[in-house]
Amino acid sequence: MRIAIVDESGLRATILEEGLREAGFDDIHVVAPTGAFVARIERLAPDVVLMDLGTPSRDTLEEMLLVSKALARPIAMFVDESDDMMIGAAIDAGVSAYVVDGLRKERVKPILELAVRRFNAFAGLRAELEEARSALADRKKIERAKIILMESRNMPEAEAYALIRSTAMNQGRRIVDVADAIVTAADLIGGRA
Amino acid sequence: MIPVAATFVPLTDSAILIAAHRLGFAAEAGIDLTLMRERSWATVRDRLLYGQVQVAHLLAPLALAVTLGIGHPAVALAAPFKLGMNGNALTLSSELAAALDPVARNRVDDPVATAHDLAAAIGLHRRKPILGIVHRYSSHALTLRYWLGFAGIDPDRDLQLRVLPPSAMVEALAAGEIDGFIAGEPWSSVAVEEGLGEIVAFTSNIWGRSVEKVLAMREDWAEANPDTVDRLLRALDRAAAWCEDPANAAELAAMLSDPEVIGEPAHLIERALAGRMALSRGGEIVDSPDFLMLHREAANFPWRSQALWIYSQFVRWKFVAPNPAAEARAARLFRSDIYRRALAGGATPLPGASLKVEGALAVPTGAGSDRGTLTLGPDRFFDGRIFDPVDIEAYLRSFKMA
Repeated sequence: MRIAIVDESGLRATILEEGLREAGFDDIHVVAPTGAFVARIERLAPDVVLMDLGTPSRDTLEEMLLVSKALARPIAMFVDESDDMMIGAAIDAGVSAYVVDGLRKERVKPILELAVRRFNAFAGLRAELEEARSALADRKKIERAKIILMESRNMPEAEAYALIRSTAMNQGRRIVDVADAIVTAADLIGGRA
Repeated sequence: MIPVAATFVPLTDSAILIAAHRLGFAAEAGIDLTLMRERSWATVRDRLLYGQVQVAHLLAPLALAVTLGIGHPAVALAAPFKLGMNGNALTLSSELAAALDPVARNRVDDPVATAHDLAAAIGLHRRKPILGIVHRYSSHALTLRYWLGFAGIDPDRDLQLRVLPPSAMVEALAAGEIDGFIAGEPWSSVAVEEGLGEIVAFTSNIWGRSVEKVLAMREDWAEANPDTVDRLLRALDRAAAWCEDPANAAELAAMLSDPEVIGEPAHLIERALAGRMALSRGGEIVDSPDFLMLHREAANFPWRSQALWIYSQFVRWKFVAPNPAAEARAARLFRSDIYRRALAGGATPLPGASLKVEGALAVPTGAGSDRGTLTLGPDRFFDGRIFDPVDIEAYLRSFKMA
């Protein structure tokens, strides 16, 4: 079974491809949804196309699937009315799938379920990365604010941090927001902005 | 508050939904409206069909395709409220536009001559022209096909129609992937402003009162939640009246220019809202008050005859085989009954009929309504054809003879 993965995210495509290979599928092609990607898919003539639901190029792909004369068997969006739950889960996870006409449901189902799991895993991973990235940025900002206070008011580090924290508590703001205000003010006054 | 989730596509005619949300019309009607932006119509369709959202800003022909089950298992949709009339423009690359009348405004004013000029230019172009459309089942595609067909251009043979999301048209034109496109605003104005192309036709000059986007929902959801639907329609009616008022055009344009809505400059968005279109960069401004209509002349009323016109074009272009069941289904897509139920006793006049002959009005004409204050503007098709919904077969025969 030939599977095409259309995806902008290299990482997500990799995660999905790995999962499919582990499940025993080996004819997998990753295509970025840019330029003449539709012509590439037409040439590949896959049995299943997996695609990020939110990709703007979906309308372009669906049009090709509808009118292509090169594809021996038409491909339609995988919608089996008896299985709304699975489609709902796919849409929630941001997966859209297209399969060739006549492909049995039992053969498609594990692929779709795997795609849903991997898309969800990727979304979780991205949220974690985002969190870690913003935590790092926050720490750097607080560090700079501390240094500004230490230099300008000649106070030790612990005291500088305590001042930021108590200001935040008194004003009902987040520590990082107070730090941000200090850094912005210092940049403006110091002429570095 | 009743929660209702809606999708919209970044286009000027998402205005009514955006205003209903941001100006509190929805909240005043007891609706907690949340909006989700999507760039592909396929995703709008999927979110609507699988219940992630209850209502959607949708292409009227796509609502019909879903209802008839073209390329997809059929799911009955209901469209009780149109989100506007007209509003699309055809933009051609400067190179292709140069083959038409040198006076830009003559092109939009005379769609007959422009269609013939374009027909002559196609064979001389360095390649078979590629025109971007937003969807196979879009009013844009149907209007373009109708206009090209008049000049003897076979849109499936003489040129290539390529489907692209509206917001991707400008980039595709810049990259030379397409030679022009038909899309809702502000995308033509953005292309014009970047000097990539020139507007050569307004859909409002091809069909004076053309059917465009609708508020679509699953029919089963609409039947199960009549109170929610009525509240939502009342909110949208008030929002539409606000959006239509020229005094609000600048504020509305600013609202739509938000990066989370359309994300293009307000002065470009305002052109369609004010009906003052620039056809080329730095060129003359053309007054076209009917370019986009959001509320006046019962713009939101879902005339069943307009759904039937879409059906007639589906048959004409062989998207569907003619059959009485599909015709009946098409007539039922536009729910003038729900519109009337929701807006009964309000300020907006309700037409007395649900069907009309489309394209028959050459001058503003009074129409029967509950309050006798409804005037419908000229709704002519540019070729003078008249669509009588009771005899679609005869209408379709007239195209074959031409």
